[in-house]
Amino acid sequence: MAHDSLYAAPPTAEAEPGAGRLASLRGLLGSWDVAVVAALVVAVLVASLTVENFATGRNAQFLLLDLVPLALIALPMTLIVITGEIDLSVASMVGLCSTLMGQLWLSSGLSLELICVLVVLLGAVLGAVNGLFVTGFGLPSLAVTIGTLALYRGLSFVVLGDQAVADFPADWTAAVVRTIPGTSIPVVVVPLLVLAVIFGVVLHATAAGRALYAIGNNDQAATFTGVSVARTKFWLFVVSGAVCGLVGILWTLRYASARGDNATGLELTVVTAVLLGGVSIFGGRGALLGVLAGVLLLGVLRNALQLADVDANALTIVTGTLLIASVVLPNAVADVRARLHRRRQRHPAAS
Amino acid sequence: MSLTDAGAPERAAGNAPSDPGRQRRGLTERLLAVRELSLLIALGLLVLVTTVRNDRFLSGQSVKDLLLGCAILVILAVGQTLVIITRNVDLSVGSILGLVAFATGSLFLSAPGTPWPVALVVGVALGALCGAVNGGLIAVARVPALVITLGTLYAFRGIDYYWASGSQINAADMPPSFLRLGNQTVLGVPVLFLVALVVVAVVGFYLRSYRSGRELYAIGSEPAAARLSGIPVGRRVFAVFVASGAFAGLAGVLYAARFGTLDAAAGTGLELQVVAAAVVGGVAIFGGSGSAYGAALGAVLLTTIGSSLAVLRIDPFWQQAVVGALILAAIGLDRVLALRVAARLRGRSAHGA
Repeated sequence: MAHDSLYAAPPTAEAEPGAGRLASLRGLLGSWDVAVVAALVVAVLVASLTVENFATGRNAQFLLLDLVPLALIALPMTLIVITGEIDLSVASMVGLCSTLMGQLWLSSGLSLELICVLVVLLGAVLGAVNGLFVTGFGLPSLAVTIGTLALYRGLSFVVLGDQAVADFPADWTAAVVRTIPGTSIPVVVVPLLVLAVIFGVVLHATAAGRALYAIGNNDQAATFTGVSVARTKFWLFVVSGAVCGLVGILWTLRYASARGDNATGLELTVVTAVLLGGVSIFGGRGALLGVLAGVLLLGVLRNALQLADVDANALTIVTGTLLIASVVLPNAVADVRARLHRRRQRHPAAS
Repeated sequence: MSLTDAGAPERAAGNAPSDPGRQRRGLTERLLAVRELSLLIALGLLVLVTTVRNDRFLSGQSVKDLLLGCAILVILAVGQTLVIITRNVDLSVGSILGLVAFATGSLFLSAPGTPWPVALVVGVALGALCGAVNGGLIAVARVPALVITLGTLYAFRGIDYYWASGSQINAADMPPSFLRLGNQTVLGVPVLFLVALVVVAVVGFYLRSYRSGRELYAIGSEPAAARLSGIPVGRRVFAVFVASGAFAGLAGVLYAARFGTLDAAAGTGLELQVVAAAVVGGVAIFGGSGSAYGAALGAVLLTTIGSSLAVLRIDPFWQQAVVGALILAAIGLDRVLALRVAARLRGRSAHGA
């Protein structure tokens, strides 16, 4: 809704005389993206000053390692939500790709390089199934991907049962958690940044990207302007699946374990991050920068609170509250502003 | 999509006692019957095949286990039906169930003499309160319920964990009269299942025969039109979320009675199973169509598949995959039916004119 009209200043009664100050704040915090980035900066600063061990290289390394899968999946998810669809099967695709990687490594005798390529391709196929149901049969993506969420997770248990494959070569598993020499930044951040730049350029600087917003705002109008709505959505689901294949590989190597329940429940965290990042669930609105800031904000808050000895499970309160706040606040603020505006219009007329 | 069910169009047609109106009513009713009938046939076939392979599947104990197993899912699916019919969704039911179950246990822990009806009322009230939080936030934020209830899914579960802080409540902490509620049978039918039946009957009757029940279909078919025709959409949607929360609360109390041992993880991930049951039961995910009976049958079918797979010696790991395939089949079938009905109605109006 009114995502890009959130201002940090609470418009209380005293805000009326200080309208000029409000306007300058408006310039500074012009959009939801900037608000999320600002919240992120504040969170990092406060956490560094108050939470012991937060501002250490080791913590930064683990924080980033934990966030890479989330951020990677959030990239295609952002594009999908902008077109007004949703993909809830992402975590199950990660799980299925992970178990298939384990099963292939266990029994096929193929080289790990080839297996990785196959797994990404498999992810793309899984995504294509989603895309086919949504665009080919015209079914709502919410229902389709709830179905494939169960289907793919079920299949990933079928592949490996309740067993785990853990004997991956040590140099591969070590490579995933390695940091860039001289820093505490994990090397897996590099492919994430490369993909983020590619997705960002496509979304914000190409005709294809504009088409996504057009589809999300009104897909009939988009059709009339020559956008192939079905084909675009289909390929978005394919890309989402391929990225999940990649995440499946990273997840398996990071934890040196291919299991059927890998990444269970991740889909809801990804959707939370995307919405927190300012993407409208109605489609047609949002930016990639905000989403990445949303992912980081989510991760930093959880990490800092965990270091401060808050029970990890109780932290879901933070996730939930952030998500609700990110959709309630913009509307509440817009309401208050509209009321102030009306009152201001009435006042000159009265005097 | 609303054409596949006795939704608002049927109601409108029923008011005019002319011949075409009666015909259309017959058609939609036949289709409604088809959905519940096809679920019953699927259920019957499943039971038949399983019994042929292992005749103990229909023994008293096995049937009792089956009915016990599906009671909680049936109650949740019926509550979810109310919500989905209005073109909303409530993803927080699993978390509400967990929170209420733990609250029930804590109540008995802190006040051991509490009679179980009090616990039941407290649990339902707590569930309704959670539902009111959902409904209120949706009204304030004016965003899809999907987003808000995704948030409260996390928040309620987090509160549950924060409250429990790693502790567990055991059956020994609860009065035997309460625990008996979870296992007792009347004429061989578990009390839990009877409660579920009452819920299905009440909600099914309400949706079919009450004015406000019919209005829920109108809201789900086209919210803007419903508002223009004077239906208090905001109030109805709020009430529906309170009801869904209350049913989740009821399910939470029954969960506590049935399992006895409770930690903060009770009911985790249940929400998707509930939505799946409703969708398999013919409740269209975009509102305006479906019945409580269908959703209940969907829940029974999903539970029965689980036990059948075990009896048929199929790897239990297939269960979730089968559920997923069933959801896809159900929504695909709905789509085909809707297209066919639309085509037939078009053809008929062309003839009639």
